[in-house]
Amino acid sequence: MIVELGHFALILAFGVSIFQMIVPMVGAHRGWGSWMAAAGPAATAQFLLVAASFVALTVAFVTSDFSVALVAANSHTAKPLLYKISGVWGNHEGSLLLWVLILTLFGAMAAWFGGNLPPRLKARVLAVQSAIGVAFFAFILFTSNPFLRLEFPPFDGGDLNPLLQDPGLAFHPPFLYLGYVGLSMSFSFAVAALIEGRVDAAWGRWVRPWTLAAWLFLTIGIGLGSWWAYYELGWGGFWFWDPVENASFMPWLISVALLHSAIVVEKREALKAWTILLAILAFGFSLIGAFIVRSGVLTSVHAFANDPERGVFILLILMVFMGGAFLLYALRAGAMEAKGVFGLVSRESALVLNNLLLAVSALVVFVGTIWPLLSEIFFDRTLSVGPPFFNAAFGPFVIAMAVALPIGAMVPWKRAKLGRVAKSLVPVAVLAAAGALLAYSVFTGQSAMGPMFIGLSVWLVFGAVLDLWTRTGRKSIQERFGRLWRLPRADWGKAVAHGGLGITLFGIAALTTYESEDIRVATLGEPYEVGAYTVMLETARELQGPNYVALQGEVAVTRNGRDVATMFPERRFYPVAGMPTTEAAIDNGFTRDLYVVLGEGQSGGFVLRVYIKPFANWIWGGSIIMALGGALSLTDRRYRVAAGAARPVQGGVPAE
Amino acid sequence: MKRLLLIVMLLASPLWAVEPGEMLDDPALEERARDVSGGLRCLVCRNESIDESHAELARDLRLLVRERLVEGDSDAEVVEYIVARYGEFVLLRPNASGANMLLWAAGPIMVLLGLILAFVYIRSQSRREAGQQGLSTDEEARLEEILKD
Repeated sequence: MIVELGHFALILAFGVSIFQMIVPMVGAHRGWGSWMAAAGPAATAQFLLVAASFVALTVAFVTSDFSVALVAANSHTAKPLLYKISGVWGNHEGSLLLWVLILTLFGAMAAWFGGNLPPRLKARVLAVQSAIGVAFFAFILFTSNPFLRLEFPPFDGGDLNPLLQDPGLAFHPPFLYLGYVGLSMSFSFAVAALIEGRVDAAWGRWVRPWTLAAWLFLTIGIGLGSWWAYYELGWGGFWFWDPVENASFMPWLISVALLHSAIVVEKREALKAWTILLAILAFGFSLIGAFIVRSGVLTSVHAFANDPERGVFILLILMVFMGGAFLLYALRAGAMEAKGVFGLVSRESALVLNNLLLAVSALVVFVGTIWPLLSEIFFDRTLSVGPPFFNAAFGPFVIAMAVALPIGAMVPWKRAKLGRVAKSLVPVAVLAAAGALLAYSVFTGQSAMGPMFIGLSVWLVFGAVLDLWTRTGRKSIQERFGRLWRLPRADWGKAVAHGGLGITLFGIAALTTYESEDIRVATLGEPYEVGAYTVMLETARELQGPNYVALQGEVAVTRNGRDVATMFPERRFYPVAGMPTTEAAIDNGFTRDLYVVLGEGQSGGFVLRVYIKPFANWIWGGSIIMALGGALSLTDRRYRVAAGAARPVQGGVPAE
Repeated sequence: MKRLLLIVMLLASPLWAVEPGEMLDDPALEERARDVSGGLRCLVCRNESIDESHAELARDLRLLVRERLVEGDSDAEVVEYIVARYGEFVLLRPNASGANMLLWAAGPIMVLLGLILAFVYIRSQSRREAGQQGLSTDEEARLEEILKD
């Protein structure tokens, strides 16, 4: 019964979305206030209906209602509660429902918090947002209905893929979708602005918080996914340039570009057409991501539901929305004239460079990702494009961006002299060079790549510190410290996010260059040396988990006779899914992770892999700091007071 | 029951990435082997190199790579040997021949085009301002005339 109610709510939401797509749009066109005003309540209703539907499906999963086909295929009574819940989105149909839940949530939030938007723009934004909803409701209801019942319910379910039964991965999809789908809001704003035919500083200010929120969630989502890969896949890789990873990375890159170009629109009323294009592209890449994950045209480690028919449907959605948006863009973008004029050396130009590098690097990832497909279709060559290509093709962009970032972040607006900025950055450059030299001398005989990237990360972090410090003026030290705390949150957000990027870069450089590894058959009770540590496999025993059996090793790690850690690596077997997994034991440290994996039993012992991973945690620490920077910026007071306050906009509402 | 499951588990458990038994005694040679196998794709897996993969075929390829290295092949010769048998598909780093030139050149070409476009755009719009200032000298002259009157 609850399941049917959920199904019914979803159908109702589909109806409401069609209403919300048409009525406010017509209202905005004709200037009918009541028709425009209908968008708000409709957006709220849509969200509540989808939420009810989502709750219904969750109840079916939690109560293990195996008469629902989806539950029977993806759940099991013995599964822990957390994974029963995360099982809701651990499959194609359920994850689509999560997708529309978030889509309608963003629509409803625009309705709730969009009080300072001009009513006409607001109506159009909500109508466009709802049009996306219509497409996805149709997709779910006609091809991927999660509420279908089975005629003969099985006794027990088929279990969730054991690799997905993990806390990191339980929360990875919701964050990722908050990011992907959040970009739909920027898209809706862009299309609404094109219909309106007007982009001004206020528009830049309205669209930025949504992009910032989407980017923030995407950052956390990608970070979680990478962290999961690090500890779950069994050898501590954290990024594989897999098509599915690239699918999340491309919108991330474009949304970073969009964030920065929207600043130029907001502050200087330039780059308008380009910003609109980025907003369209960002969501376009989100849809491409959905297509890659769900169609199975590109083989990947974690693509699920490889069904060509669904792929065709997403391709259709992609074509309709991107085609429509680009057509509108071609017709209207020419009318968006820039107001602010800037010189070749200026903050604006620096942000153009930022955008250029980010957009092209996203396109490079895109070309690399679909190249196997293109090559097979057009040149009849089956080939692979793997990590070595991406590292070689993407690396130079990272270097260029890292070199330019601290300079660009400090160049004044409009017209500037490069010499002045360069002069103030000299101490940071010296520090960076010292960092690189230190890395080079500590680890002799290594390639120059590691030290160079470490130097760059020092450059980024201290560049961000200097940027913030420079904002405090030229008075006495005490006064400057006082001012530091009173700086706008957006300034803090900028410095923190840029610093976070440096920290992530440092972690990646240290881990990939200076990792050490030891693989051997470890005899029980016999200690051996790995780097500065002494490792001993003490015992290996059988273990019964809730829905798996495991072989667990106990490994004692000491350093100079002192205990460092006792670690318990496991190999698990999930009988229902018939799948083995490895659970690496990780001793997290500030300067290094110890990473131990238990392998097969062999004469007199077990295969033991021990890795020392320097500064591994800095990769994810940096991502969290980046996201924190985004959050700081999001709480800046300027977004809460009337947008475009400096220049009153028609229909603007004063601060709450 | 538990014991039975454990036995099943051991039977079902895949082979692991690089086993101690596979590794070569010469550390320099072994490092080269790891390097080479990091660039070769496991054919039956989804986007994994043979160095990371647990599949049996990956193991066979790892052994083959080491065999060739021990016999004195250079890294390039080993890769060539594997490609000759398994096709271009095994290369995780696509070679820059034929249409693949496009793949490798895509980034540099796009950056170059982008830089040129950005430069032209920034110059033209900053000239517009300069142009306006240039006009203002005429206007200043006229202004002076008007003021004289």
